[in-house]
Amino acid sequence: MILDSKIPAGPVAEKWGKHKFGLKLVNPANKRKYEIIVVGTGLAGASAAASLAELGYKVKAFCFQDSPRRAHSIAAQGGINAAKNYKNDGDSVYRLFYDTIKGGDYRAREGNVYRLADVSRNIIDQCVAQGVPFAREYGGYLDNRSFGGSQVSRTFYARGQTGQQLLLGAYSALSRQIAEGNVTMYARTEMLDLVMVDGVAQGIVTRDLVTGEIKSHAAHAVLLCTGGYGNVFYLSTNAQGSNVTAAWRAHKRGAYFANPCFTQIHPTCIPVSGDHQSKLTLMSESLRNDGRVWVPKAPGDKRPADQIPEAERDYFLERKYPSFGNLVPRDVASRNAKEQCDAGKGVGGSGLAVYLDFSDSVKRNGAAWVKEKYGNLFDMYAQITGEDPYKSPMRIYPAVHYTMGGLWVDYNLMTTVKGLYALGECNFSDHGANRLGASALMQGLADGYFVIPYTVGDYLATIGPKPIDATHPAFKEAENSAKDYVKKLLAINGTKTVTEYHRELGHIMWDYCGMSRSEEGLKKAKAMIQELKADFWRNVKVAGEGEELNQSLEKAGRVADFIELGELMVDDALARNESCGGHFRVEYQTADGEAQRDDENYAYVAAWEFKGEGQPEQVHKEALVYETVKLTQRSYV
Amino acid sequence: MSGNMNLTLKVWRQKDEKSKGKIVDYQVKGISPDMSFLEMFDVLNEDIIKKGETPIAFDHDCREGICGSCSMHINGRPHGPKSGITTCQLHMRSFKDGDTIVVEPWRAAAFPVLKDLVVDRSAFDRIIQSGGFISVNTGEAPDANAIPIPKKYADEAFDAATCIGCGACVAACKNSSAMLFVSAKISQLALLPQGEAEAKQRVESMIDQMNEEGFGACSNTGACTAECPKEISQVNIARLNREYISAKLTSDNV
Repeated sequence: MILDSKIPAGPVAEKWGKHKFGLKLVNPANKRKYEIIVVGTGLAGASAAASLAELGYKVKAFCFQDSPRRAHSIAAQGGINAAKNYKNDGDSVYRLFYDTIKGGDYRAREGNVYRLADVSRNIIDQCVAQGVPFAREYGGYLDNRSFGGSQVSRTFYARGQTGQQLLLGAYSALSRQIAEGNVTMYARTEMLDLVMVDGVAQGIVTRDLVTGEIKSHAAHAVLLCTGGYGNVFYLSTNAQGSNVTAAWRAHKRGAYFANPCFTQIHPTCIPVSGDHQSKLTLMSESLRNDGRVWVPKAPGDKRPADQIPEAERDYFLERKYPSFGNLVPRDVASRNAKEQCDAGKGVGGSGLAVYLDFSDSVKRNGAAWVKEKYGNLFDMYAQITGEDPYKSPMRIYPAVHYTMGGLWVDYNLMTTVKGLYALGECNFSDHGANRLGASALMQGLADGYFVIPYTVGDYLATIGPKPIDATHPAFKEAENSAKDYVKKLLAINGTKTVTEYHRELGHIMWDYCGMSRSEEGLKKAKAMIQELKADFWRNVKVAGEGEELNQSLEKAGRVADFIELGELMVDDALARNESCGGHFRVEYQTADGEAQRDDENYAYVAAWEFKGEGQPEQVHKEALVYETVKLTQRSYV
Repeated sequence: MSGNMNLTLKVWRQKDEKSKGKIVDYQVKGISPDMSFLEMFDVLNEDIIKKGETPIAFDHDCREGICGSCSMHINGRPHGPKSGITTCQLHMRSFKDGDTIVVEPWRAAAFPVLKDLVVDRSAFDRIIQSGGFISVNTGEAPDANAIPIPKKYADEAFDAATCIGCGACVAACKNSSAMLFVSAKISQLALLPQGEAEAKQRVESMIDQMNEEGFGACSNTGACTAECPKEISQVNIARLNREYISAKLTSDNV
């Protein structure tokens, strides 16, 4: 299969406008004859479900949480980018586009990214109209702040809870459509499989997480808005329930998985405190606006922070990157923190942390000012660590946060499976090898509010409103295979718990496929994962039964999929013999230790095709064509 | 790194919505003060699974105090002994070695227990569906800066909007009233000019739905605010009452 990205020809600024005009429309009276399934109700899913229902389509929405309001988008703290240029500081759609392409280390599609930057402005308008309480200045107009990888202030925020406020906006729009009967909502319901009829997606199989009932749902199109797969690392900033299962099962039904090794390690997280830890907590990147990152100049200096004189501190980001300072992109900041710790300059008990210090900011602006801007983040830090960040600097260390890789989609957000779409973090399309801060919320909402309502209509108009035949044997077959899968997991009754396997997988992924990767380490990891997989299916112990609320069983299926995905991530990292963004292969670095790309050989999207259980996956390459931006070595000096 | 705290837990176990539940005792050993309360439950559940028994079901997701999933009633208080946090943000350093801790689900007629510590809070969703929104379709919005909103009102709207919908207010209330939850959404939208067009109808429908779900009446004891992990102020209930009375006085629904 040749990957056709369907990027329209013509100047980058005109592509989306021209493309929209070329898309087929569905007559308003016919819209109600189409059914659309939306899996996941985070920013992408809730905004898509609401917008499609407003247009008149019949929508079925699914989430595994007890309410659509709880999807993990809610945890995003810092903000959402938009090229409004309200600050008059030189921002524009083109600049946001350029920053995003550069921030992604030239591994994203120009066409998609320009569209994202373009519709970013509409997102802010829409959210304000919904009543999202963004931060405002005294004149009553919207406030902005800066984020990494950019020299303009274009980030809109709602204190440290931007994700929550945006999600509640989308959730309220979704709630309105549920009340109007245009959306049927299935909470506490998990997708287990995709139903394919003659090579086209026509429905899904779900498990009711309260009763355990497995059944299928038919639709004209299926939208996966199921987020990222950071939990493959066990410890990450993702919610406990965040998983790859829907995307992975779709992958096994024919959807290619693109750039799976592109993972974002966020520089400012609270360091690990012990083996019992179940998740890592992010401290918003916005803190790097006013906090300064440093380590002691001398390795092994164990004095408390306040006893280390100014002259003996190394503000390494400011020193190495004078023009961006503490606001370099995430991959650069993370790698530098690791480098300092590897050199023995790490702080805290474990030595795996660097300081994020607000004392200058408190001196300059006062503690009250800092509290107004970052209060809830400081409280969160104090609650978790038992230390007061107003008095002593925070200790931070990088943690897995976001996955740029995901299901391959074309410009219409359709996967390689006809009728199956992927939106938000679930797809791969907009962030290249590194996502800029405050761009995840932007992409989720762009896809849901302003892209899919146009593109899905084109497909639906093509296939016509004939009802989907839910009695087709493919539905029963998919249901039965999901039931067998559950039985198989429950029947093993071994000795090791699901969590133990998950933790082990996480260690392998973090050690060999995390912040830095080497050919040798990746090969070792591949063997270890294969062994872990075999052992899992021999010896896992899943408690309880199938026909009940069974969290152990839910987790078992998710971890089984993570193990398989982990192997593909390793394959992808091995095949990409270059460094770019968050993918850092130690063999490929510049003299200063920065990621060294190989544009001649690797300026492509690697899309992996599932070839059957136990078979190696086949890679397909979509060449990345840069018509507008010139590829250069990324520099933040 | 494990710790050295040993605890006795008394946990509500209930097979499903229809079965009768009871308190069951568990011993947990080697707990670290740095563990969160839910991580302590993870340790206990791993033990239970290894013994071949059914682990304790409990709702949780983000584990950083924002999704509103976790919902344990600990020693008689929603989200435990500390103020301004959710159960997932509660750390074991708030307890002492040898403590006995009683853990129950939220108790309210409108929140039926589904299993162990898991309750059904979909009543909250239905209240929002009854009017907790501004009716604006995608694409209809004017420029975001077209309407300036005084910072004071924007900040107050934000304070109300921080509600995470966990249900602690209901669990804390002797009447199982949902007034704090409803008032937070009403206040957020009443304080913003965008919410004005539908203000009257919103408050009437949401209160009707709240009553229909079986939540109790508010008697202003303030337990809700005291236990709210986001410290949503009781002032919002006063505003809700004002909004409701003025809507009723000029109601179109007569």
